[in-house]
Amino acid sequence: MKTNGANLLRILLERQGIDTIAGIPGGAILPFYDALHRSRIRHILTRHEQGAGFIAQGMARVTGRAAVALATSGPGATNLITAIADARLDSVPLVAITGQVPQALIGTDAFQEVDAYGLTLPITKHNFLVRSAAELMDVVPQAFAIAESGRPGPVAIDVPKDVQNATIEFEASDLPEPGRREGIAACADAAIDELASLLARAERPVLYLGGGVIAAGAADLARELAHRACAPVVSTLMALGAVPPEDPLFMGMLGMHGTKGTNQLLEEADLLFAIGARFDDRATGKVAEFCPRATIAHVDIDRAEIGKIKRPFLGLVGDAADVLRRLLARLEPAPRPAWCARAAHLRAAHPLRHPPCVEDPLHPVNVCRFLGESLAPDAIVTTDVGQHQMWMAQAYPVRRPRTFLTSGGLGTMGFGLPAAIGASLAAPGRRVVCVSGDGSILMNIQELATLAELDLPVAVVLFNNDHLGLVRQQQELFYNRRFEASRFHAAPDFAALARAFGIRGVRIDPLAGDPLGDLAAALAAPGPCLIDVPIHEGLNVLPMVPPGAANHQTIVETSTREVAHA
Amino acid sequence: MPEIRASRDVPTASRLTVLELRVRNHPGAMSHITGLFARRAFNLEAILCVPDPGDAGATSTMLLGVADEPRLEQVERQLEKLHDVLAVRQRPDLPADYFMGLLRPAPSVAG
Ligand SMILES: Cc1ncc(C[n+]2csc(CCOP(=O)(O)OP(=O)(O)O)c2C)c(N)n1
Repeated sequence: MKTNGANLLRILLERQGIDTIAGIPGGAILPFYDALHRSRIRHILTRHEQGAGFIAQGMARVTGRAAVALATSGPGATNLITAIADARLDSVPLVAITGQVPQALIGTDAFQEVDAYGLTLPITKHNFLVRSAAELMDVVPQAFAIAESGRPGPVAIDVPKDVQNATIEFEASDLPEPGRREGIAACADAAIDELASLLARAERPVLYLGGGVIAAGAADLARELAHRACAPVVSTLMALGAVPPEDPLFMGMLGMHGTKGTNQLLEEADLLFAIGARFDDRATGKVAEFCPRATIAHVDIDRAEIGKIKRPFLGLVGDAADVLRRLLARLEPAPRPAWCARAAHLRAAHPLRHPPCVEDPLHPVNVCRFLGESLAPDAIVTTDVGQHQMWMAQAYPVRRPRTFLTSGGLGTMGFGLPAAIGASLAAPGRRVVCVSGDGSILMNIQELATLAELDLPVAVVLFNNDHLGLVRQQQELFYNRRFEASRFHAAPDFAALARAFGIRGVRIDPLAGDPLGDLAAALAAPGPCLIDVPIHEGLNVLPMVPPGAANHQTIVETSTREVAHA
Repeated sequence: MPEIRASRDVPTASRLTVLELRVRNHPGAMSHITGLFARRAFNLEAILCVPDPGDAGATSTMLLGVADEPRLEQVERQLEKLHDVLAVRQRPDLPADYFMGLLRPAPSVAG
């Protein structure tokens, strides 16, 4: 068959099983868009390339499979950068394809030329600048294999326009096999034996779960291990959903916004078993004082993570599901009644502090809990970044893996709405709720137009506090209440804004008889919507460990406002 | 005014470790490797890169002179993760002044 590079790229993506791509066209990628015209691949036209990147991420985070974002050269490529960097830090499989100026013009400062290869180099797992149409045969399957194998991550492919236009002749039999996730070598039995004996000998073990547990599909195994070993479980932001919050051994999120009881438990642990977690500073606090009494065992699929921050007593490189399955096969049940009771006590003694629902129904913790009660267990929640994100992490009961999508590593405001659109595309029929802030939502508000066009069941629940809340909180706590650039003096009418985009917009009246009932009613109506929920502006997310401090130095109570609202 | 110095002391030749990398030979491989060092604020003291004989230029061998500090192990592991890097090992057999020995002054032009 005789065709051009663009069409070959289209064929290779179809063979990868790609059915949806998000992007925005432009000169340097137009040959590929022309090829898409004949394709069964559905193209989602976004309103900003960052939106396309996060829509692809939303799809990938729900399915665990690599998704594709598309942009033209120059500004298209630079607009994708944030979403690529975000995928890197949260280990999300993403394939970003950009057009590039023709090779003859590369290096001439041509119109819309930017060194996309150089720009994506430090934020991808790997990147390619394709130099001939024939190279696509290798590059495309490799890109998907790299994105999905081992520790997942983003791969960028920059395709010059002349490569897209170049004629190529090949037989169907010349087409490569699609790139697939490749397994990694299993670790030795001896290491698993040692792990089993460490666990058996421990008196106060704690499981520390990270996003790798979800990526490996090992959530059920981790929970089984917790019960077999009577080991309480702490979770990073990225692992929420691995163990349901109703589980008596679940201690919630550790670290900066973990409860005092959870961080105290880690002080007392004598064995910390980290699974697919990377000892991020938001989780560990001051590393030297993290888990001072514990021996550390660490399983990770990425060898470079073992010992990067904390040198473990035992480090295993492997797939979490494989390691846990083999571990469970040799682990006897070990009742640790005193330790389990201690965990239960710490959990009960240090609940989140918040006013009761009857007094203050729109306190963020109450709203998060209410969302947990009113949404189906398979509903998918995305968040933006800020206080609302941390309140959700603390108080929303995430019951299943891949139902809580949040920008953990990069902490990117603007993630929530496009990620929710992507999640909805990947999980048709399920309710998707984007919990956002009045700061974050404006960072990708243009995607309401995309949402209106697609008419997906995505609801934006806006925690509206007239502030960059988390910035305001840090200024209150650590900058002696010098509030600089954290307050909005003009705010849009968000419900009206949604309506202007063609989406149902609702503002919850805090003085109405039953504001949470109004919220439920707004959520229950079908189709996309934006629900503006007024939140007290002076509230803080607590507890909070000051950045750089040890986890035991957590601040549990602060402002007078807090009390005033309580 | 006090003299401004780099916060990390400059490594002396005796604290240089030589890493040997086998890499896929294509434009970009070098940027991936040097970029990794730059990103981690890790000094790269010397680089030598030679195409491997016998495989039609598909791979190269690279020798890197790097400061021997505690983070070196982490950098080695990060190097191993690069798609273009096929193998990493230390070359303790090479002397610390190995690279210096390769530098030959240009012959002076007649005059
Ligand atoms: C793109 C980006 N810019 C800046 C920040 C720094 N930042 C972190 S939280 C925050 C405030 C978020 O405000 P809002 O979305 O209203 O959420 P709130 O904290 O009020 O719930 C800012 C500015 C960020 N995380 N991302």
